[in-house]
Amino acid sequence: MKEWARDPRMNAEKNSLENVVCEAVVEIKNADGIHMRPAMQFVDIANRYKSNITVSNNETQVDGKSIMQMSILAATCGTKLKIKAEGSDAQEVIEMLRELIEDKMFGEPAP
Amino acid sequence: MEIKKGIAVSPGISIAKALIIDSEDYRIPHRSIETSQRATEIQRVRSAFKSAIVELSELEIAQEHTEGSKIKDIFAVHLRFLHDRSLRKKITDLVQSDLVTAEYAVSTVLREIALHFTKVQDAYISERAADIYDIERRLLIQLLEKKREDVGHLTEEVTIIARELSPIQTAGFNRKFVKGIASNSGGRTSHAAIVARSLGIPAVVALEDLTEYVSGGDNVIVDGNRGIVIVNPDQQTILQYREYSREFEELEHKLDEIKEKPAVTRDGVRIKLLGNIEFPDETETVLQKGGEGIGLYRTEFLYLNKRTEPTEEEHYQAFAKTVKVLKNKPVVIRTLDLGADKYTQRKRFAPEPNPFLGLRSIRFCLQNLIMFKTQLRAILRASVLGDVKIMFPLITNLQELKQANMILRDVMEDLDDESIAYNRDIKVGIMIETPSSALTAYSLARNVDFFSIGTNDLTQYTLAVDRGNELVSHLYSSADPAVLRLIRTVVQDAHKAQIDVSVCGEMASEPEYIMLLLGMGLRTISLTAPMIPEIKQIVRSVTIEDCNKVARKVLGMNSERQISSYLRAAARKILPEAF
Repeated sequence: MKEWARDPRMNAEKNSLENVVCEAVVEIKNADGIHMRPAMQFVDIANRYKSNITVSNNETQVDGKSIMQMSILAATCGTKLKIKAEGSDAQEVIEMLRELIEDKMFGEPAP
Repeated sequence: MEIKKGIAVSPGISIAKALIIDSEDYRIPHRSIETSQRATEIQRVRSAFKSAIVELSELEIAQEHTEGSKIKDIFAVHLRFLHDRSLRKKITDLVQSDLVTAEYAVSTVLREIALHFTKVQDAYISERAADIYDIERRLLIQLLEKKREDVGHLTEEVTIIARELSPIQTAGFNRKFVKGIASNSGGRTSHAAIVARSLGIPAVVALEDLTEYVSGGDNVIVDGNRGIVIVNPDQQTILQYREYSREFEELEHKLDEIKEKPAVTRDGVRIKLLGNIEFPDETETVLQKGGEGIGLYRTEFLYLNKRTEPTEEEHYQAFAKTVKVLKNKPVVIRTLDLGADKYTQRKRFAPEPNPFLGLRSIRFCLQNLIMFKTQLRAILRASVLGDVKIMFPLITNLQELKQANMILRDVMEDLDDESIAYNRDIKVGIMIETPSSALTAYSLARNVDFFSIGTNDLTQYTLAVDRGNELVSHLYSSADPAVLRLIRTVVQDAHKAQIDVSVCGEMASEPEYIMLLLGMGLRTISLTAPMIPEIKQIVRSVTIEDCNKVARKVLGMNSERQISSYLRAAARKILPEAF
């Protein structure tokens, strides 16, 4: 198993009052999964927020702001991902990402 | 000491330390760096990312108006990768920890990611590996270009070692510091070889795996006469080569002595020897070597050297410089001959599947009229400064020629309207470099002032052989009966129509072909400057009667091998020291 993500301890040292931690488990619903274009949409949203974002499947945990790391997750249709956000806007970003994956399905068709 | 044998493409001998330039097309070998170089290599990675972002953003803007969002998506994805700090960090970390070059780190990290993709079961996702290879290539190109700039700022003498060299790379070499060139691939007529020859830098190509034997800083001997490269020679070999080098220079000086003498055959026929040039600076060399003008001024470098298209003024300045140096000696300016090269192809979104049969040369110009007209305006403006002629390349039919002529007239009218002076009687000619133009020379001849036979392309198109492809390059020969018949047809048709005809391909600088060319009726030959003295020596040693005999004999032969060996034997009799 490869650890591509940033060191999570970095966040713990920040002001704990601002540090909201928020998590969600989402399921990939579009037919082609997280290929390049969806990965781009994901990181574009993630990068608009201050929170640190990590995404994990059962094996790997990656930085949700890095397109390289997101795309190597290679999450196919039906995969469940755990998204975790830490920061003042954590709740908001988790909701936006969930919406992108489950409701909008990256603007792509279901299988 | 390692001795490698290749093809000698540019004469001379050099002994200097190796500077290695890697090419974008190959696997980058593991090459270690010193601890002290670490910061420099990390900086190179960073600036490669930066420049790749700039380049890609420009491409993205250029795509703005094209239909189909797919292309834009691809560029957008690539840009996200280039902006991805964790990707960049992974690469710089590898330089830091493993002490490897920027190129190696870029290649290793991206290939590792690509490999990861190919292992994914989902076909759609695994195909994304191609995107990663594309990003790798973009970064490597940047690293390579940076190195090319470094080559422009050398402070000590070097031997350039590369897998493959482009003509632009070669053209950027500073003669003062670049003493020799050696590359894995390439052939005698590759453009890089032509440029090396015109710069007078000894070069050996087709050394196959040379780059695996050389490290930066190794001492390297390039023997451009025998086609040998010696890596880390021993003391005795170095001394021996210093002696060779001295002897070679003496011979060169001896040939230079005939510079002032006219190019006249023993039976009194005057032959005009002109020079081929790539950039204005070479004009002086042509005159120094005894050339009587420029028979082929290639105008591509102005385009290849920079990102943006040259302005009319930049063209004009380049032409004016040459024309002024020449005083009233003639210069034939060939209009843009771009298209089938890597550099134009790289700028295209989808490279053409068969660029040599694609949108190149005059075809490219006729579809890019603004660019074409800009160049024609500059040529016309320069035409009042001296004896300037215009030449259209790669004409394949009469229609194309008429179209090009019409555009030229349009540009003239524009200049009239603006009261800008130009030579109204400017001579306009075409290159004959396709079988179709050679076979229809009789009708083309009635619409132009002169022909210039471009034997390189004519040979390639007639024989259907890519001269740069080592697998088939042995089939490439201008001595092939098919090529010779076409040349004879062109010369005869030109004579019938009473227009000038010359040869400006590589064939004109090969000593063994000179008697044949004269025998076929050619009286004007345009060639690379360093070869002018030797060719003049041959001209001065023959009679037209002998040449006619050679031509008659050769045109009766039906095998390339027979013709080649006959020509070599005939030339050896005339000028033994040249062979």
